[in-house]
Amino acid sequence: MKIAIVDYGAGNIRSVERGLAFVGTPGAMTCDPGEIEAADAIVLPGVGAFESCMRQVAPLQQVICRRIEAGVPFLGICLGMQMLYQESEEGGLIKGLGVVPGRVTRFSGNLKVPHMGWNSLSVRKEHPLLTGIADGSYVYFVHSYRAGVDAGTVAAAEYGGDFTAIVANEAGNAVGAQFHPEKSGAVGLRMLKNFTAMI
Amino acid sequence: MLTKRIIPCLDVTIGPDGGRVVKGVEFVNLRRAGDPVELARAYNEQGADELVFLDITASHEGRATMIDVIERTANEVFIPMTVGGGIKTIGDIRSILRAGADKITVNTSAVKNPSFIREASDMFGSQCIVTAIDCRSNTNLKDPNARNVITKKDGTPAWYEVVIYGGRQPTGIDAIEWAKQVESLGSGEIMLTSMDTDGTKDGYDLYVTKAVCEAVRIPVIASGGAGNIEHMYEAFAVADADAALAASIFHFGEYTIGQAKGYLRSKGIPVRP
Repeated sequence: MKIAIVDYGAGNIRSVERGLAFVGTPGAMTCDPGEIEAADAIVLPGVGAFESCMRQVAPLQQVICRRIEAGVPFLGICLGMQMLYQESEEGGLIKGLGVVPGRVTRFSGNLKVPHMGWNSLSVRKEHPLLTGIADGSYVYFVHSYRAGVDAGTVAAAEYGGDFTAIVANEAGNAVGAQFHPEKSGAVGLRMLKNFTAMI
Repeated sequence: MLTKRIIPCLDVTIGPDGGRVVKGVEFVNLRRAGDPVELARAYNEQGADELVFLDITASHEGRATMIDVIERTANEVFIPMTVGGGIKTIGDIRSILRAGADKITVNTSAVKNPSFIREASDMFGSQCIVTAIDCRSNTNLKDPNARNVITKKDGTPAWYEVVIYGGRQPTGIDAIEWAKQVESLGSGEIMLTSMDTDGTKDGYDLYVTKAVCEAVRIPVIASGGAGNIEHMYEAFAVADADAALAASIFHFGEYTIGQAKGYLRSKGIPVRP
């Protein structure tokens, strides 16, 4: 079983690598389209700004989208989740991968930004990623932009209104987590384990 | 609901055998007393929301061994980790983040060169740049640097002056102004320590903490002075801090993190179970 962790030079992606290793399914960091093509699952981490990350991911966009289309399990984390959407307002109006519909917007209102810390999940529909995870479980977030709740929302969280914490495409093989499973203790590790069970 | 965070702080130094130890730990049930990795694991199991490692040697040799501690901890503890102490360059930050830390704190280096905060946050993102602000009250209100006057617990008016080199050197900078400046420079979080209360176990300096919380729109970690769990409650309920940092009350095993959280929950503070 080969998990490709997309390494495009940004973010602390070694935490994801460590988390996957801890649950018994090590992944390999790569930016090679051939390796991503051949992988049984793809993980797209992300920390930083939307525009620069999209620019780094652009050469891999085709292979990633093609593999998602083919039903390969895909997990986007934080900015990697936001990149699944059609577009983001961060840094202008920047196109994403367009795997799920919708736009990512900045938190507004009288809120401290970034939304940083442990917040609870409100499960909206069943998904294999949530096997064995109770409604209301806490996970670790750190982000300034978010997507609203819509038909693709698997779980929501509340910060100045509800936003999407976990999104999935219609087929369910591509999921995105706005929070960091690799930094969310036992709950997050269970999600990583659940993800590897989707392969 | 977003919860308030409880963060144990591990002051890491070099022990008699040359290995890394956490200062002031008298915690039982550890195979090797003071071992930072074991302590991190224990706190994770107790329900710590994050971990802060401060390299109190702040030396070149110190940093090399600190990286080993971070790497070993990151292999088995999956909660956010912040590392501080003597960080001066972009290279320092990169090596610490690569070792598995999620955030770093800057302190003296940021005061001496504020553009370092901008440079670091542009490079790694605001979310991983925490500015540690150490301050001390100054009752000389005629000082031209005094910008924000805060009434202290005993009723005396004072301004708070930023201090560096572990509190040894005053800077003439008003702490509230500095907090606003670090926010505008791209710092994602502030860790605020008042030297008036640090080490006293009499409670956090609620007055300056509240003033900083009101002045900025980024999360603020209260630090310095926690002697019991009531003090943690006050940091949230009175000062409106987003997180509370403590060392000795956990290190001495006076309370577990679980007990602290149970108490806070009973008083209506949202905390992660």
